[in-house]
Amino acid sequence: MPAGLNRALLTVAGVVIAIVLAIAISSVAITAAGASPLDAFAAFFDFGDSERAQSNGIAAFLNRAVPLFIAGLAVSVGFRMNLFNIGVEGQYRLAAIVAAYVGSTFTAPAPIQIAVIIIVAAATGGLYALIPAVMKVTRGVNEVIATIMLNYIALSLTAYLVRGPFAGERAAGQLTTTTPKLPESAMFPNLNFIFDWFGLVAPTRGGGLQGFLLVAIVLGVIVWIVLERTRFGFDVKASGLNGPAALASGVNPKKMIIAAMVMSGGIAGLIGLPEILGDKGAFNSNFTAGLGFLGIAVALLGRNKPVGIAFAALLFAFLDRAQGSLQFAGVPSSVVTIIQAVIVLLVVIANEVTNRLALRIEERRAAQQLGRDNDPVEVTA
Amino acid sequence: MSADTLATARPAVELEGITKRFPGVVANHDIRIVVEPGTVHAIVGENGAGKSTLMKILYGMQKPDEGTIKVNGEEVSFRSPSDAIAVGIGMVHQHFMLADNLTVLENIVLGAEPTRAGLLDTGRARARIAELAEAHGLRVDPDRLVEDLGVGDRQRVEILKVLYRGARILILDEPTAVLVPQEVEELFQNLRELKAEGLTVIFISHKLDEVLGIADAITVIRRGTTVAAMPRAEVTSARQLAELMVGSELPTPETRESTVTDRLAFRVAHLTVEADGHHPAPKGVPVEEYAAQLRADGTRLLLDDVSFDIHQGEILGIAGVEGNGQSELIEAIMGIRAAHGAIALGEQDMSSWPTLRRREAGIGYIPEDRHRQGLLLEASLWENRVLGHQTRKPARKGIWIDRRAAREDTERIVKDYDVRTPGVETLALALSGGNQQKLIVGREMSGEPRFLIAAHPTRGVDVGAQAAIWDHLRDARAAGLAVLLISADLDELIGLSDTIRVIYRGRLVASLDPSDITPERLGGYMTGAIAGNEES
Repeated sequence: MPAGLNRALLTVAGVVIAIVLAIAISSVAITAAGASPLDAFAAFFDFGDSERAQSNGIAAFLNRAVPLFIAGLAVSVGFRMNLFNIGVEGQYRLAAIVAAYVGSTFTAPAPIQIAVIIIVAAATGGLYALIPAVMKVTRGVNEVIATIMLNYIALSLTAYLVRGPFAGERAAGQLTTTTPKLPESAMFPNLNFIFDWFGLVAPTRGGGLQGFLLVAIVLGVIVWIVLERTRFGFDVKASGLNGPAALASGVNPKKMIIAAMVMSGGIAGLIGLPEILGDKGAFNSNFTAGLGFLGIAVALLGRNKPVGIAFAALLFAFLDRAQGSLQFAGVPSSVVTIIQAVIVLLVVIANEVTNRLALRIEERRAAQQLGRDNDPVEVTA
Repeated sequence: MSADTLATARPAVELEGITKRFPGVVANHDIRIVVEPGTVHAIVGENGAGKSTLMKILYGMQKPDEGTIKVNGEEVSFRSPSDAIAVGIGMVHQHFMLADNLTVLENIVLGAEPTRAGLLDTGRARARIAELAEAHGLRVDPDRLVEDLGVGDRQRVEILKVLYRGARILILDEPTAVLVPQEVEELFQNLRELKAEGLTVIFISHKLDEVLGIADAITVIRRGTTVAAMPRAEVTSARQLAELMVGSELPTPETRESTVTDRLAFRVAHLTVEADGHHPAPKGVPVEEYAAQLRADGTRLLLDDVSFDIHQGEILGIAGVEGNGQSELIEAIMGIRAAHGAIALGEQDMSSWPTLRRREAGIGYIPEDRHRQGLLLEASLWENRVLGHQTRKPARKGIWIDRRAAREDTERIVKDYDVRTPGVETLALALSGGNQQKLIVGREMSGEPRFLIAAHPTRGVDVGAQAAIWDHLRDARAAGLAVLLISADLDELIGLSDTIRVIYRGRLVASLDPSDITPERLGGYMTGAIAGNEES
C-alpha cells in the first residue's frame, strides 16, 4: 500500500472513531438533560413533513455549510504556518459591512457588480489581517492577542458603521438597522434549479440554495492548488513544519507571515458574502455572528486540508440545521453545541494519535524494507 | 562487569543494557555503567555519542526501551525526574534552569519550599542553605538576585538547589562548557569536597584534560554504546581516551595531493557580530575600527573581526571548542544573522543579500543540526530535496513545484549517495541519521555550489556513511569546490583541511598547517592554552 494512502486511511479511521465516540458521549449528555437520545438523533434526520419544508431544510443545511467552509479555509491558511488567526471573526464582519456598503453605492452589470463586491470584501479582510501581521514581524506582537483585540475593535466598528456612516433607510416597524439595499444586479443567482433535477420542490426560505456555493467550491480548489502545488505553498508548508529549516533554506519568515495572514484575512472577507449576496441584500445588525470562531473548529476538524474542511463544514452545518427539529422533538437545542464541541475535542485527540501511529508505521516499514542495518553495528566493550 | 562489584560496596548507580531508540536512530545501545559511591565518575564521548540521552534516562526524563537501572543496589524505574529526585539523584543541567528575577534563596527552594502555616519559611530555608553551603564549601549570598550573578556563581546555585533536595548522586552535564579556567578549578575544588562528604558525582564531558584532572573512574561512550570503562589510574594520556572516543579503527580522512588553486572563491572580511543584538555601524566608520570601538567599550562580541579567504579546490577547517562563534559565523555567512563586515562569493559582494539569493548564487549548506536546520522530518524525501532549492531547477517550474522532476532528482541522489530508503516518498524521519545526512549532502551538492559550508558533516552518522561523506567532500574539492569545514572531530579537521584556522571566543586566533599539527597541539590552541600566532 502506498505510504500516502496508508496515512489517509488512518486519518479517516481516526475521524470516524472520534465521531462515533462523540455520539456516545452526547447520548449521555442528552439523557442527563432529560431527553431521549434516539429522539434527538431522529431529529437530526428529520428535515420536515412537507416537501417544501424538506427542500428548505436541505437548502438551509447547504447554505450554512458554505460560510463555515470559507471560514475553515481562512483559518487553515494561518494554521498551516502555525499562525493562529483568531481574527477571522472580526475580519469577515468588517469586510461584510464595507463590501455591502460599497456595493450599494453604484449599479453595474451583474458580473461586474458582484466581482467588485467580492474584491472589496477580500481586500478589506486582507488589509485588516495585515495589521496583526505587521505588528508581529516588526514588533513581535503575538498574533493571537493582536487578532483577539482587533476582533473587539472590528465588532464595535461595524456596530457603529451600520448605525452611522453606512446606515441606510430603516423601514417603518423594523428594529434592525441596515446598510442601504444592494441593487438587483448584486444579487447572486440561486441554484434552486438543482432541486428540479431531483424532482424536488424549490426551497423558498433564505433565498433558496445560495449560488455562492459555486464560489466556495472554486475557492477551495484554488486554495488547494496554491498550498499543495506552488512554490508559495511549499514555503508555507516548510515554515509550518520546521521554521529554522525554512529560514536556512532561504524562506523569508517575515514575508511568509504577512502573505499567510493577508491570504487568510482575504478569504475571511468572503465569509459574509453568501448571506449578503444570496439572501439579505444588505448588512444589518442581525447579521450572522460567530462564523469566524466556528471556522477554527472546522479547520481543526478538517485537518487544515480543503477536502477535510469541506466535510467538517458539512458536518457542522448538518448539526446546526437540526436546532429547530430538536426543539420539536423536545430536546434542548444546545445539544448541538455539545456534540460539536465533543467532536472537535475528540478529533483533535484522534489526529494526534493517528499522526503518531502513522509516523511509527512509516518508520517500521522503512526499517523492515532495509533490514536491520539501521542499528549501530560495532559493539566492543 | 556486574559480577565482581558485589565484592565491594554496592554501586551508587548501575546501568545494565540500556537501549533507547528514537525515530530513525538508536541513541543508546546496550549501555553498561557502574558508578562506585563516593567517587567522581566521568562519562566521556563525542558530541552526539549519546551522553545526553543517557543522562536523561538516568534522571527520569526519558524511559529506556530496554535495560535496568539500579541505584544503591535497588532496581528502580523512573517515570519522571521527581522519581529520580526521590531516590537521591540530582541533575545540574548544562544550560542553567534558574529564574533570573528571583533571589538565590528563592531559586534554591523553588518547588521544594519549606512552609510554616502556609507561608514560605524563609528562616528555615536560610538556615538549611547556610548549612549546606558551609558543609560543601559552596559560598553564595542567598539574598542576591540571580540575574546579578556570574556564571560560576549560578552553577553553584544549581548545585545547591540539587543538594537542597537531598541528592546524594549528582549528575553534571558538561559543567565546564560555560566556565573560564579559574572557575573550572573552583568547581573541581567543590566537587572534591562533595566527594569527601561521601556524595557521588557523575561528570559528563568531552574535555579530556578536565576529565583526567577530576575523575576517579572513566566510562567512554561511542556511537551510543559504552566502549570502555576504567579507573583513572589506568589511563595514561588524553590521547588514549581520544582514540577510544573516536574509535581508532575509523577510516582516516586524509586528502591526498593538494588541489588548491589561486582563484579566490569566497572571502569574509572583518565579520563582526555583537552579542546583544545587531546595531548598524555609524556611517563612514570602517568595520575594523567599529569592532575595536565595541571591544574598547566592553561589548561582548560573538564574532570579532573575522577574516579569511577560501580558494577554489580548498577546504578551510575551523577548529574550536563549541560555542566560540562557529554557529554565528555560519549564520552570518548564510544571511540568517545580521553582521558587520563583508562577505563575497568570487568577485561578488553579497553582504546585503538575503539568504535565498546567497543560496541561489551557489552557497551550499550542510547544517550542524540536521533535524533543526536541514530537514522537514515529517515531509517526504523528495520534498526535502526541494528544501533550499525551491527557486531553482529541477524543483521549480514557474510558480509551481515540479514534483516529477524533484522526485526524479531525488532518485538520483538516493542512488549516487547511497541513501538507504524504501523510496523517495518515505518521510525523512524514517531514515537513520547517516542516511538523512547523505541525503542532505547530496542535496547541497546538487545545486552546483561554488562554496559549501559543511558544519559537522559526519556528526552522529555511522562509520560507513562517514567514509562516504568524506569521499564526496574530497571529490567536490578536486572538482574545484571551496569548502568551509567546521568540525569537533579533530582528526576529520586535520585529515580533510588544506588550512586550519582556530576560533576562540569569536576570534580567529591561529592559522595552522594540518600536515604538521597533532590533535593535542590543536586542542591547546582551541582552549586558549597556547597563545595564537595571529595578531589581535
